[in-house]
Amino acid sequence: MDMGFVLTQAISQAIGVTAIIYLLATMGLNIQFGYTGLLNFGQIAFVAVGSYAIGVFMVQWQGSAFVPNLWVAIIYALLLSVVLALILGVPTLRLRADYLAIVTIAAGEIIRLVFKSTDALGGAQGINGKMGEEFYAINPFPQQDRFDFGPLSYTRNDVWVVTVGWVVIALLLLLTWALMRSPWGRVLKGIREDEDAVRSLGKSTYLRKMQALILGGIFGTIGGIFWAVAKQSVQPDSFVPAFTFFCYTILILGGAARVMGPVIGALIFWFLLVFIEQFLLLLIDNGTITFLEPTQVGPIRFILVGVGLMLLMIFRPQGILGDKKELALDAR
Amino acid sequence: MPGELAAQAVSALATVSPEPGAAKPEPLLIADGVNRHFGGLVAVDVTHVEIQKGAITALIGPNGAGKSTFFNVLSGFDKADAGTWSFAGVTITNTAPHRLARKGMVRTFQLTKSLSRLTVMDNMLLGAGGQTGESMVASVFPFTWKAQEKKNRERAMVLLERFNLAAKAQDFAGSLSGGQRKLLEMARALMLQPELVMLDEPMAGVNPALKQSLLDHIRDIREEGTTVVFVEHDMDMVRDVSDWVIVMAQGKIIAEGTPDTVMRDQRVIDAYLGAHHDQQLTASGDSLTEGTSS
Repeated sequence: MDMGFVLTQAISQAIGVTAIIYLLATMGLNIQFGYTGLLNFGQIAFVAVGSYAIGVFMVQWQGSAFVPNLWVAIIYALLLSVVLALILGVPTLRLRADYLAIVTIAAGEIIRLVFKSTDALGGAQGINGKMGEEFYAINPFPQQDRFDFGPLSYTRNDVWVVTVGWVVIALLLLLTWALMRSPWGRVLKGIREDEDAVRSLGKSTYLRKMQALILGGIFGTIGGIFWAVAKQSVQPDSFVPAFTFFCYTILILGGAARVMGPVIGALIFWFLLVFIEQFLLLLIDNGTITFLEPTQVGPIRFILVGVGLMLLMIFRPQGILGDKKELALDAR
Repeated sequence: MPGELAAQAVSALATVSPEPGAAKPEPLLIADGVNRHFGGLVAVDVTHVEIQKGAITALIGPNGAGKSTFFNVLSGFDKADAGTWSFAGVTITNTAPHRLARKGMVRTFQLTKSLSRLTVMDNMLLGAGGQTGESMVASVFPFTWKAQEKKNRERAMVLLERFNLAAKAQDFAGSLSGGQRKLLEMARALMLQPELVMLDEPMAGVNPALKQSLLDHIRDIREEGTTVVFVEHDMDMVRDVSDWVIVMAQGKIIAEGTPDTVMRDQRVIDAYLGAHHDQQLTASGDSLTEGTSS
């Protein structure tokens, strides 16, 4: 173990599968919270729906005529995501913003507990099995065991997953950019600032809020699909509320309502998290730190990241890409 | 100097009898039996009212008279418990505000709702009606809305020039002063090219110099043929700018008329100052308790 290893680990995690999943979910939150002001505290519900749809359709219902292959399963997953957004949005989007927050945080937990307690959906064991064979079958990378990019080394499957992940992210970023510079995006930002003003100007805010909720949810579900395909395993207890809060952390760190905000946020968040962990392990390993056990490093890295975030909020509350002038304006 | 349309409005209203619920020669907005109560409190109880087209109508009354509630009900931001009302011949009872705005009836708010973290120009563009690019699908194909956007931008710039906000077009609306926000809200409402503009206390918190300019803008709006209704406390403004005044007290319309008639109306004076305002509290030399208990 040396400093080079620490950095390599940190970089590979910052651009790795987990970071990609969080980033996709956060890009959805950016549309919902950053641009439209919708307080969705249950983004994990959309991620879980994506993961479980793939898990159930590809493993539990293996060979069913209803789901002939992965691609159809992905389409179903996206449709289920829309259904979830409608279930959450129809009753709450007419009400004040805080109701959506309450309903979404509850929905995230309900969905997790339903998956955990229903055997047909994997139960407490979750679902394990081949979930992405069709995906790995079209891997265009040449047959070799490892791919080395400088100090980074990936397996053939990993390099395919990560490549597709970042291509999908790039396309969705492009979509976000195109949407948010349009008059539609302007209405969303108007809703964030003052819904009644937008209504008084002849725009249906309910429709736009619903569209934003659905679109942001779909981004999260794409993250969930990616999760299932990349990890080939879906565990109910991975879908905890903390996921959503990490997404908010990433969003605010990078800068809300900025197209590239979630990207910067996710890269830095995962780099720091892994860097701190590996660096502490290194120091323990070579005897510099004697008052910590390696098992204590996991929790401590979150403490340190928390301190870092507090410093960020104090010295740069608008996030890395944000505009301080904009934040200083009163909301009304 | 009053313009042609102003003169028309004045002459049209000259023949209207100054009675609550008076019929107007050319009513744009008609409300019947509008009732809104909060528990046992009757906030609005308007039997009949008509708003003359092309005129500036002021809605006045003491605090708690139900003016703002009536305004909110008519503009769809509150639901009435009973009543019907129509705009330009179309029934609009309990219609959602965004539909009313599309029909040409747009309102502003007592507490200005400038969209702070949008630029002044974006605020204006948000006001424009019928935008193709506001559909989610069309929004990703700029060629479907670029031309329209350009036209709206030009129209917005003309309005901003008129309201002395052109230099601020690229600033965040949140950086404007309170008075400038009032101007922006008015200009933004005009982006919809409405037939009726409803202003909720346009003079609240505005300094005297700007008041004069706001008054001119309101007159200009009428000069373009737009009907104006406003709620106001500022009596000078009411006298200055309105063609017709409707007075509310305790949820009911108690008087109507030209500003001069209304100001002299005993019912109005009573409502504002209390029926016994000119009587001494203590009848000559008598004890205080006797005076207050009367």
